[in-house]
Amino acid sequence: MSLAARARTAVPTDTGRGAGADGHTGFAARAAVRAERGPGGRTRITRLRSDGPLALRESGDSVYLVGAGAGPLGGDDLELTIEVGPGARLDLRSAAAALVLPGRRDAGTSRLIVRADVAAGGRLVFAPEPTIAAAGCDHHALAEVTLDEGAELVWREEIVLGRHDEPPGRYVSRFDVTAGTVPLLRHELRIDEDATSGAVLGDAGAVGTLLITGVTAEPYADEGLAVLPLAGPGVLVTAMAADTVRLRERLERGRRLFT
Amino acid sequence: MDAALLLLADSRLPAGGHAHSGGLETAAATGVVRDLATLAAFLHGRLATTGLVTAGLAAAACAYAREYAARVRPDAGAGTPSTGASPGDLADWAGLDAEADARTPSPAQRRASRAQGRALLRVARATWPGPVLETLAAASGGPHHPVALGAVVAAAGGAPERAAQIAAYGSVTGPASAAVRLLGLDPLGVHRVLAGLAGRIDAVAEEAAEAVRAGDLPAASAPALDVFAELHQQAELRLFES
Repeated sequence: MSLAARARTAVPTDTGRGAGADGHTGFAARAAVRAERGPGGRTRITRLRSDGPLALRESGDSVYLVGAGAGPLGGDDLELTIEVGPGARLDLRSAAAALVLPGRRDAGTSRLIVRADVAAGGRLVFAPEPTIAAAGCDHHALAEVTLDEGAELVWREEIVLGRHDEPPGRYVSRFDVTAGTVPLLRHELRIDEDATSGAVLGDAGAVGTLLITGVTAEPYADEGLAVLPLAGPGVLVTAMAADTVRLRERLERGRRLFT
Repeated sequence: MDAALLLLADSRLPAGGHAHSGGLETAAATGVVRDLATLAAFLHGRLATTGLVTAGLAAAACAYAREYAARVRPDAGAGTPSTGASPGDLADWAGLDAEADARTPSPAQRRASRAQGRALLRVARATWPGPVLETLAAASGGPHHPVALGAVVAAAGGAPERAAQIAAYGSVTGPASAAVRLLGLDPLGVHRVLAGLAGRIDAVAEEAAEAVRAGDLPAASAPALDVFAELHQQAELRLFES
């Protein structure tokens, strides 16, 4: 959707819960998807709730986030709840890259919270297309995943630092995964004034991680790529690259080293 | 700051810190750090990520150690501590250990952290003996360094805010002195860089301590440091252990 079209839909709203109450002018959207194992072992999508810019579509074996508008946009308050029942499988993808933009002046921080619970024997693949942190954005992403015994997770996150030839805005992405009661990963990426440090991202234009649980790997590193077996059951592939194409290549190269 | 805490921040503390470069050796070998300007940027980034996370863990460990010490003090003389229910997920050594693991995806960094934690605990048990450090030693042969540091600060009479400050300070002073040795940088220039970071060190320590007071632990990651840590393990020739 074009930015102009997004602008038309991003009118102040108080239809979403809580919107307007604190003076913010973005969307307050609560979307949800639930996958359950049906008779015969096939997974059925038993709940699919789209809301505002979070539009979900079932397609083949996957559920897609289809951007009903660019964004998140400053002031947006978005939440996606994912439930994967015992023995069910859910692949959640997106149709296109997401573009995180500043809102109108003083619109404030945009927020996207994704909460996912994967029950025993369930499997969640969360692999949306990259998120582009446009100049001037101020975005807070939080993903909280809990895994029951024997649940599996594949989770990919790719962030592009600005559109072509522009510096990124401020972008904080926190990712917490808890297996049973044990923290498996607590990982926050902050794209801010310190991120260009050679200790953090250097001059990379894109950064990404791929978490795969329930597997092991030998540690490996090369330029802009590390395969990191966690203390708990899982492997984190972390990569940096000049652009999103090379970032994906590196993440996939890391994955092939152990899967 | 109390003199006892100055001892803990001192690089001459015989706890093996001088053997670790905090990723600086690989950063220097790959040309990422090559002069004072790139060193300053490296240290800024390390402080904002590793420094913040270790400051948070140290503050949380210190708070727990003080609470624990207050709990066991009434039955003084009892060699084995009473095992009261621990309030909150963070409030026991195993919980803090797991939180540190979850914030350290690089196995090379986990090993380096535990090696330094073990060395610090060894020195501290001889220096400030008491039930807190004994229970930490019993819980873990090789605690993560920031967890050990928090416990040791408590044993030396310090508060969580001081533990956070010493952790944040140590996150940049170690790599800075490694830069002098590896790159032959002017020591005066390197100290000017460190002095320029002093305000940031205090701010990061305060941010970490504030997060811990609010029941959270920072988790800022540094992808480049993760890559450097594993590249360092693969290197055939290295001066530092990490």
